[in-house]
Amino acid sequence: MTTVSSADHTRRDFLYVATGAVGAVGAAAVLVPLISQMNPDASTIAAGAPIQVDLSPIADGQIIKVFWRSKPVFIFHRTKHDIELAQKVDVNSLPDPVPDSERVQKGHEQWLVVIGICTHLGCIPLPHQGEFDGWFCPCHGSQYDSAGRIRKGPAPKNLYLPPYKFVSDTKIQIG
Amino acid sequence: MSGHSTYQPKSGAMKWLERRLPIASLVHSSFVAYPTPRNLNYWWTFGGILSFMLGVQIVTGVVLAMHYTPHVDLAFKSVEGIMRDVNYGWLLRYLHANGAAMFFLAVYIHIFRGMYYGSYKEPREVLWILGVIIYLLMMATGFMGYVLPWGQMSFWAATVITNLFSAIPLVGDTIVTWLWGGYAVGNPTLNRFYSLHYLLPFVIAGVVVLHVWALHVAGQNNPAGIEPKTDKDTVPFTPYATVKDAFFVACFCVLFAWFVFYIPNYLGHADNYIPANPAQTPAEIVPEWYYLPFYAILRSIPNKLLGVTALFSSILILAFLPWLDTSKVRSARYRPLYRQFFWLFVISAIGLGYLGSKPPEGIYVILSRILTLYYFAYFIIVLPLLGFFEKTKPLPHSIAESVLKEGVPLGASAPSSRAKA
Repeated sequence: MTTVSSADHTRRDFLYVATGAVGAVGAAAVLVPLISQMNPDASTIAAGAPIQVDLSPIADGQIIKVFWRSKPVFIFHRTKHDIELAQKVDVNSLPDPVPDSERVQKGHEQWLVVIGICTHLGCIPLPHQGEFDGWFCPCHGSQYDSAGRIRKGPAPKNLYLPPYKFVSDTKIQIG
Repeated sequence: MSGHSTYQPKSGAMKWLERRLPIASLVHSSFVAYPTPRNLNYWWTFGGILSFMLGVQIVTGVVLAMHYTPHVDLAFKSVEGIMRDVNYGWLLRYLHANGAAMFFLAVYIHIFRGMYYGSYKEPREVLWILGVIIYLLMMATGFMGYVLPWGQMSFWAATVITNLFSAIPLVGDTIVTWLWGGYAVGNPTLNRFYSLHYLLPFVIAGVVVLHVWALHVAGQNNPAGIEPKTDKDTVPFTPYATVKDAFFVACFCVLFAWFVFYIPNYLGHADNYIPANPAQTPAEIVPEWYYLPFYAILRSIPNKLLGVTALFSSILILAFLPWLDTSKVRSARYRPLYRQFFWLFVISAIGLGYLGSKPPEGIYVILSRILTLYYFAYFIIVLPLLGFFEKTKPLPHSIAESVLKEGVPLGASAPSSRAKA
């Protein structure tokens, strides 16, 4: 009696596509919590609040290491010689060319604050080693200068600068 | 898995089961009556050895999990507890740790065997790719297992390997934070690695089933690299392959036991008996020996993104091998030039392993670059071109012809009267 008309086909096709589309949206929605749960949780984010560091005990030429967001942060009290060395190098010859003035804050040139993680594969570079009176990474041989800039080796970038500001002349807040 | 079943259930119970779940006839057709080429040599026993090692790792691993605590403050202590307090804990952990090394040793021999005899060629491409997937899963599982004791090497290996993903442009850092579940490798990282380290071996077991399935559809390759034509070319899996596999698994276990009982820490690294310290990178970071060739490739390239790309390409390129090798002849026995390039490839892979364990300076870097160059040239220059230029030796007419002389195995001292019969 009834024959399958093209109109029936279209209606059935519509149902298939609509069902498939709803199913796909549902599957994608389920992926959101499954993927998102792997990102840092609320307590980890809360523990990443800013910290204050007193600079007065850091001697001339000394590098100290503090932890912020479970990352080591180097605070380098640079000597005059270190600053001169960092300023006089030809910026264009550097792999990641940035002048020294952009690595420190104006009026506080003796303080270099960098995240102490090699930009190659995440090792912690050793202070006062290598050819540029900065850092040497023991993992794959990257060398950083006294402004934390990459000078030699496989690391692509300078040591990253954390967000920080001077609360007073001898105190900084990182974060 | 194949249509050779001659299985006839005899007892009433087996007849009853056969009508409902024909598992006995499946096993019979796959592992008893299954025809295997009669010329298989001992290099073909490593599939069996690998299945055995997967079993060893799962059994010892499940038991170790009963005593291990995946928390940054307790992981190291719980592993020491396994070594000192748990009954036979030292044995189970040494079996598991050295078992991983043996597993990789076997898989490398298995891969090289497949390359030497051209086992990846038509119609075994899917079989080969499934093998590459198993190998990738093994690497991920091995890496995450190495992190669990939470020693210095564990922690810094986790840091370096997860940072490989930071080389990805734009989204790299986001991905790394997502992998860590924090701003650095920490407790969330340890927890998820533990979860995945427990899961992945069962995923491997699943892909192994597919691998064996594909093997039984295409049939085994063999040292002559030609397909079996008649019944004379094959022997039944049981007893021939079963006994041969079992014998060589036993031989392999002697080596395994030697490591476990005499030099259990030889393949490890002393620094991993120091608890993880996020503030101090060890003076020298070296991965486990089975990753060293890839580590050398990574370090030989003085650019982060290119180095990481080379590292991943050096493994993924294996999946394309069936199409990179243009020669119609499978076995290196009949490919005089290919054989030389193959052994050079083996030497370069082992050489890269040696260089990966050395500091990245001076002559070591130069040699790493040369060997890395050959590693890739082998796949993208040598193999595609060789198929066109190489003059191969004539292939035997049949497998039987390649191993029998007048019906008697080559080299066998059979009485002449039997030889004529």
